[in-house]
Amino acid sequence: MDLLYSELRWLPQAPEDFSESLKAVAKSTAYLGGELQALASHGLNLNQLTRLARTMDKLRVAGNGLGPLIPFRLAVLSNSAIDMIVPALKASALRHGIALEVVQPSYDQVAQEALTPDSKVNSSMPDAVLLALDYRAIPLKLSPGDREVASATVQGAIGYLQALRNGINAHSNAVCIFQNFAPPVEPLFGSLDRALPGTRRHLLDAINRELAAMVLDSGNVLLDVAGLAEIVGLAEWHNTRLWNMAKFSFSNQIIPLYAEHVARTVAALRGKSRKVLILDLDNTAWGGVIGDDGLDGIKVAQGDARGEAHLAVQRLALDLRQRGVVLAVASKNADDVAREPFEKHPEMLLKLDHIAVFQANWNDKATNIQAIAAELNLGLDAMVFVDDNPAERGLVRKLLPQVAVPELPEEPAWYTRYLAAAGYFEAVAFSSEDLQRAGFYQANARRASLQKQVGGVDAYLASLDMTITFQPFDATGRARIVQLINKSNQYNLTTRRYTDPEVAAAEADPHVFTLQVRLADTFGDNGMISVVICRPADPGVWEIDTWLMSCRVLGRNVQNMVLREILEHARNARIHMLKGVYHPTEKNKLVVDHYARLGFQKVLEEEPGLTRWELAVAGPAPDSAPMKVVSQGFASGPGGPAS
Amino acid sequence: MDQALIYSRLKEIFEDVFDDDSIEVTPQLTAKYVDGWDSVNHIRLILTVEKAFKIEFSTSEIGSLENVGDLVALIQARA
Repeated sequence: MDLLYSELRWLPQAPEDFSESLKAVAKSTAYLGGELQALASHGLNLNQLTRLARTMDKLRVAGNGLGPLIPFRLAVLSNSAIDMIVPALKASALRHGIALEVVQPSYDQVAQEALTPDSKVNSSMPDAVLLALDYRAIPLKLSPGDREVASATVQGAIGYLQALRNGINAHSNAVCIFQNFAPPVEPLFGSLDRALPGTRRHLLDAINRELAAMVLDSGNVLLDVAGLAEIVGLAEWHNTRLWNMAKFSFSNQIIPLYAEHVARTVAALRGKSRKVLILDLDNTAWGGVIGDDGLDGIKVAQGDARGEAHLAVQRLALDLRQRGVVLAVASKNADDVAREPFEKHPEMLLKLDHIAVFQANWNDKATNIQAIAAELNLGLDAMVFVDDNPAERGLVRKLLPQVAVPELPEEPAWYTRYLAAAGYFEAVAFSSEDLQRAGFYQANARRASLQKQVGGVDAYLASLDMTITFQPFDATGRARIVQLINKSNQYNLTTRRYTDPEVAAAEADPHVFTLQVRLADTFGDNGMISVVICRPADPGVWEIDTWLMSCRVLGRNVQNMVLREILEHARNARIHMLKGVYHPTEKNKLVVDHYARLGFQKVLEEEPGLTRWELAVAGPAPDSAPMKVVSQGFASGPGGPAS
Repeated sequence: MDQALIYSRLKEIFEDVFDDDSIEVTPQLTAKYVDGWDSVNHIRLILTVEKAFKIEFSTSEIGSLENVGDLVALIQARA
């Protein structure tokens, strides 16, 4: 079975210390609801869900308030054995901020419970009744080829379901959540089962269609189990062995997915579906990095495999917008650079007037998302944030836990599948107001003013276990060094372009100091992300010929660590002064303050915008960032070139 | 597979299924002695064992298990 569905892969995996965390929550006293919800918000298996539910029940019995979780009483009627499902329902509901109470009558008492006024279910006054029936629960008379009998059979089944609904509505005023029917795996004819009236397949297709029509606009709700079974595969859904052994309707492997869908439905009933989709741009809305690759370099074209994957994300966003989801952008780019594809790229599906709030700047994404929420006057729990970069996902999850951040696979072709599987925008009803909602937010791609910074970014960065590795230029790194030198436009102080032989020459020159910088963190290796070349100028002086960095690692103070490394080598080479220059271009406004922020003194400002800077090597080094430093490959330790 | 290894993995499985790290997994252990080892959790235990050891038991085999020793013998035969 596709692990996306059986393991709920859009959710982060359960932490290694899940058991310990669960025990800790069981002993905790404050803000329990939030902790339980946080634990639930992982792809938990059936055993983990069961333990989480058990912990919640024990806490509830002990009198602990589960605020701010919303209470919900769900009665479950089924012709099958649901004991293994009930704890999964409770734990999955936690994920959606719901403290679920389940009313479970005796096995296979569906009609009795629905129709008897003072039945256990009716007298418990549930908020909703889940009619968890499978195809065995409805009277199906097979009549292959006999259209009249088939029609009567279908009407009989619908009549039965209506009677259940009427009983529940009359006696308990609860909303009915109707499951439709996943047909069994074994056809009688083959293809003809679908086409010929009176076969089991044909009967169930007709019943499902009529049930859907009956439920729509009736105030009751459909749980499309047939659709879910189609998605995972009927042969994965049904498990005859388990039915025979224990009267389970479907495979135990499906339980976490099924429970999640029930939980979503309950959450939607309580208005907790999300409303805003916030998109990252680089490698999410298009392939590549706009700041480095330019309009011509980003992948967003039909006919390009990578481009089509990202276009699909745009198309899904547009479709969502059409049904009332508001779109926003949170991107680490200069604002004008980020807007360019929307304005000028002929293959872009998303245009600026589809976007309600457009946040493109160099600030951290948590602060930007908070600004988007404030601008739209919606809670953080209405937001969904999609980003290909696991470090960014981790940051937002840590700092803004109410924002939904789906995991994404490495391969962009599956992005839309993950986002859709996550089901953040589940709805139980749809009206013309929903159609208009996106327009109501006056999608004019406005910029929200950033108010205060979201706290905790430094602590998050420290938790990333970063290792920065410094080496001089070498043959192994040359191809990537040349690529970075020729590709980097934004975080690039001088934008000097060198060919492979020129880079090799710098590598070989004992008077030139070179650095290739790599950064790894808990999410993996970012590879080479910065390049520096210092050339000898006057005696005892190094001129910083080249200093560039990948924008992917902005905001982590990598440049502080780079300067510290340069200074170490400068000291050993008896250099007393570093000189830097900023050559302004159209694309590198980002680094106009780079030297100022690193403590250099400005000594000259030429026209137009070119600035020269100096730093005494003997002066204080800049503050370090929380990363482990590895310095290797330098001639006789960090001695560097002779001056 | 070595019996000692089976027992050590079973200890983890029992903790996971019954939410209890104090269960002593011995050959004589039966459902009677474990809190919460009812028919539903028995199924969950069997399914967890099957997944962990990558084996499948037949319905009649499951029905014939009297104690953990029987279960271990079955695992050893299959894994």
